[in-house]
Amino acid sequence: MNTSFRVRFLGNPRVLLGLIWLALVVIGAVAAPLIAPLDPFAISGKPFVRPLDGFLFGTDSLGRSVWSGLVHGARTTLLIAVIATVAAVAFGGLLGALSGFYGGRVDNILMRLTEFFQTIPSFIFAILLVAVLSPSTTSVVVAIATVSWPPIARIVRAEVMSLRSREFIQAAITLGESDSVILFRQILPNALSPLIVTGSLLVATAILTESALSFLGLGAPNFMSWGFMIGAGRSFLRDAWWLVAIPGIAILLTVLSINLVGEGLNDALNPRLRTP
Amino acid sequence: MRGMRLVRFILTRLLQAVPVVLGVVVLNFLLLQLAPGDAATVLAGEAGGATPEYVEQLRARFGLDKPVIVQLGLYLKNILLLDLGFSFRNNAPVLGLILDRLWPTLLLMGATLVVSVGGGVVLGVIAALGVRTWRDHLISIVAVIAYATPLFWIGLMLILVFSIRLDWFPTSGMENVVAFHEGWARVFDIARHLVLPTITLSLFYLALYTRLMRATVLEQRGAEYATTARAKGLTERAITLRHVLRNALLPVITMAGVQVGALLGGSVVVETVFAWPGLGQLAYQSLFARDFNLLLGIFFLSACLVVIVNILVDVIYVLLDPRIRVGGQS
Amino acid sequence: MSSAKPQSSAAGVSEPVLEIRDLSVSLPAWADRPRAVNSVSLTVGRGETLCVVGESGSGKSVMARSILRLLPEPHLRISGGAILLDGEDLARADDRRMRQIRGGEIAMIFQEPMVSLNPLMTVGRQIDEILEVHTSWGKAERRRRVIATFEDVRLPEPERIVDAYPHELSGGQRQRVMIAMSLVLEPKLIIADEPTTALDVTTEAQILTLLKELQTKHGTALLFITHNFGVVAEIADRVAVMRFGELVEYGPAANVLDNPQHAYTKALINAVPSLVPRKHPPRNAEALSEPILTVRGLEKTYGRPQSGPNWLSRILPGLGQGRRSAVRAVNKVDLDIRRGSAVALVGESGSGKSTLARCLIGLEQADAGSAVVAGDQIVGLSRKGWRPLRSRVQMVFQDPFASLNPRTKVGDIIARGAILQGESADAALSQARNLLDLVGLDAKAAERFPHEFSGGQRQRIGIARALAVKPDILIADEPVSALDVSVQKQVLDLLDDLRRQFNLTMLFITHDLRVAAHVCEDIIVLKNGTIVERGTTADIFANPQHEYTRTLLSSVPGRNWQQTIPDGYPARHV
Repeated sequence: MNTSFRVRFLGNPRVLLGLIWLALVVIGAVAAPLIAPLDPFAISGKPFVRPLDGFLFGTDSLGRSVWSGLVHGARTTLLIAVIATVAAVAFGGLLGALSGFYGGRVDNILMRLTEFFQTIPSFIFAILLVAVLSPSTTSVVVAIATVSWPPIARIVRAEVMSLRSREFIQAAITLGESDSVILFRQILPNALSPLIVTGSLLVATAILTESALSFLGLGAPNFMSWGFMIGAGRSFLRDAWWLVAIPGIAILLTVLSINLVGEGLNDALNPRLRTP
Repeated sequence: MRGMRLVRFILTRLLQAVPVVLGVVVLNFLLLQLAPGDAATVLAGEAGGATPEYVEQLRARFGLDKPVIVQLGLYLKNILLLDLGFSFRNNAPVLGLILDRLWPTLLLMGATLVVSVGGGVVLGVIAALGVRTWRDHLISIVAVIAYATPLFWIGLMLILVFSIRLDWFPTSGMENVVAFHEGWARVFDIARHLVLPTITLSLFYLALYTRLMRATVLEQRGAEYATTARAKGLTERAITLRHVLRNALLPVITMAGVQVGALLGGSVVVETVFAWPGLGQLAYQSLFARDFNLLLGIFFLSACLVVIVNILVDVIYVLLDPRIRVGGQS
Repeated sequence: MSSAKPQSSAAGVSEPVLEIRDLSVSLPAWADRPRAVNSVSLTVGRGETLCVVGESGSGKSVMARSILRLLPEPHLRISGGAILLDGEDLARADDRRMRQIRGGEIAMIFQEPMVSLNPLMTVGRQIDEILEVHTSWGKAERRRRVIATFEDVRLPEPERIVDAYPHELSGGQRQRVMIAMSLVLEPKLIIADEPTTALDVTTEAQILTLLKELQTKHGTALLFITHNFGVVAEIADRVAVMRFGELVEYGPAANVLDNPQHAYTKALINAVPSLVPRKHPPRNAEALSEPILTVRGLEKTYGRPQSGPNWLSRILPGLGQGRRSAVRAVNKVDLDIRRGSAVALVGESGSGKSTLARCLIGLEQADAGSAVVAGDQIVGLSRKGWRPLRSRVQMVFQDPFASLNPRTKVGDIIARGAILQGESADAALSQARNLLDLVGLDAKAAERFPHEFSGGQRQRIGIARALAVKPDILIADEPVSALDVSVQKQVLDLLDDLRRQFNLTMLFITHDLRVAAHVCEDIIVLKNGTIVERGTTADIFANPQHEYTRTLLSSVPGRNWQQTIPDGYPARHV
């Protein structure tokens, strides 16, 4: 990381705002029991206490603290989103790299597979997967990763293909370099920046998918999450709007921050492609 | 001449879609195998309703005592004959249940496509033409926020504001069933019910297409052919409308095609929030009834729907871009 | 830098159409210099051709675009001076007036006709637009005019081409469309910015002839931007030489070309390789007898050969997926190359010259035939089978900016080949330092990264990398076509030097006959994958046998302009 990158990245006010919010969310997630000692599932007071009335964000229909739910929910949501993204990046990246590097028949088969997974309605497929595997942290992670890898595969494939036709790779071939050295030491390091950018933006998509799944009641049971809170508060919209509004704002701000940081990363890594 | 070639192109694309459809069937079969319990109980609708005789009958029909590959063959055969089974929960054939719910979903999807693509193109052009002015900043900021908003949440918030507080639009459903509207009154009633779900489902895609359109218009305005047009003495307005717009539309159309599948997924959530009687709501209901067979049927048919919409998008693309050789692969 | 004041030979110009006075164009703050164009003064007379020559970064294109105010503002903007069109200052004209001038009084032709035309609009409509904007003619009348102009630029079947899209035309046809676009309203001045650079040499010759002819017919003034002195010799009445945004020499073509005054112009003109083949020293008879590379019946076809219909077209006849029709890139080629010789493979784009080279180095797999390098068959070898033979053949690539891994130190780039051949890392690295010295770079360069070097220096690094495994055959694939003229010559001389020093065999791929004449004693002419003629450079240049070779030779721009020919070897200044 050189200085000009740091200046371009951190000198961007949108990136700074995003990073600050993300830092707060991560701190909340890591130190959840300290910040919000109340068990998010425990009945801690009267139901439907309004915000700032003894409870920072009020209580829900069962008298559970919304603040506790928010902080503990950050844990679940972030953890699932990050693990699913890492899995999707690893799988999609490997597939894309093989496809782009070997071309021909391998590429044909792998790309048909990618296209297939891009065509099928991915959220419905995710619902099916969770439903069939029965809701749990693992099945949610598996479902999100399964529907998230195709864009990664495509981007890595395009990048590897373009690098592979570059003359320095051709030169490595004519020097007798082995395939694995070319792929892992020459091509992948040069393909890293689009992978990092797409990967970071994918975390945002994963958060949205996770909260939609838990909103529908397909989240991991016994883990508080933002989508679950909205789903549970939905029936009391008329009388207790904060049960829906507050977790939604948390999702919005987190996804927004990740997008801002991801785009800032993109601008800083590819200064010439900066969006005007 | 061109019409003939277009028909040929569509036929080719239909043939190319066959492997995708078969793939979905195989995927369905694999999911059935993954599900807890044997396929017959799953197919019969787990939590009951089906008689033991019917379950036995299913076992025989799907050859559950035979090797997996034979089972797959039988499953394929049934689905390709559009025999999607029977839903005991709803006491009706799956296919009929789904077809009943298809039109509301198509209506919602169509309205969403028009609003998001149309609105995205217009807003994107406005932002790009006034790049770095207040209009551009406003549109871009709203787009960035909309892009990060969960669909189900914005739907609930819209209900809170526009239905509960202001009482402008109904909270749920597709029409006021007890009012027995007919003719134009019914159309108007449905349209009123359609407003909030469409806005909810459109918002994310509207933001997506706005951002894409803005970026491609800016890129295309810097393209060499735009300089040529400038060197011919055209006004900036003519350059944008005649030259840039059409070129900038192509990536948006491609993206709209890619997003159809996601749009259907989004409709599950939106239909659930607004009790819109479409496929998405049916999916949600079958999820809770643990009616896997119905859910698999919905997945299969919605995949077919995506394939068909994708072909339509390809046709639009071909009509806009003379470089695509109709009748052959690009 | 002794920036000689332009000679006031402008006095000899009859009635100037365009007069540029002290024009300056400022660059944004982050650029490497404050101005792209620095107080340039020029005139273009009615009906004459003024060529502006310069290397990349000379500001010639920016200068040309600033006349019609087509600069990417606000990054680049006119910061001073006047642009007078018949006395009217365009630098101060309002937008409305500028639009009347663009296309109406001054027209412009760009370098890349493919990207300069809107891909989604028929070419006829794109020209029609000019008439629509500048005239009040009806639709039918405009169409007649467009077709008449297409006839003027000798496009075949103008009635059909009017309704064609750009991608349906060839490169040459597209550039004719651009010329038609510029001519349709018979402007006073046409600005052509490197209009033939993207074209093959035979097409270039046709376009230049056409431009000259149309200019005479319509009496249009032409401001022609180019980097190619051959083109200048072909069409210029007067010449302006630019460097770093400044005018260094300016005068009648004959004076500038044959008796340049400024040191920079002299150096540039000296760097243009002569079309007269250099005399080569008599070759060692013993070495001559030994063929190092023998190729027999080599074939390479791209795209799927039409071996029966695919499954789709079998089910529904006529509905197939429209496979690319096969292109035979290399067609039954026989070659014998003797140790120590330098052979030029010459051809236009699509002639198969690069494919042939790539087959010989194992980057492509030939479909049929044989190729024997120093006793070993290389056709059909796997990547692994190639590995022990990698030290026999090496390659110098075309694009110095793409051919070096941006994340690897120069020393490691060069040493890698030797390490793969079993050399120890230390020995390989110290050899790399020696090689850097040999190609004219500092040994300290080994510790630096590629982006710290200029194009010419990078090409030297590429040469060092190829030499590190001590190859028998060096294949150079257009090694200087991405370089500026002044650097081209140095790299060519370096290659020539090294091959004599190491008794290398060199296969030199080029589209440029001047370059071929400069470095190779033998020439092979390729067309559509087939060898049409071969022989010594001297023989072929003096007495070409094949029709195509004759066309190629007669198409070289400036072929009648001969510079002073260096005798034997020029002095080395590597």
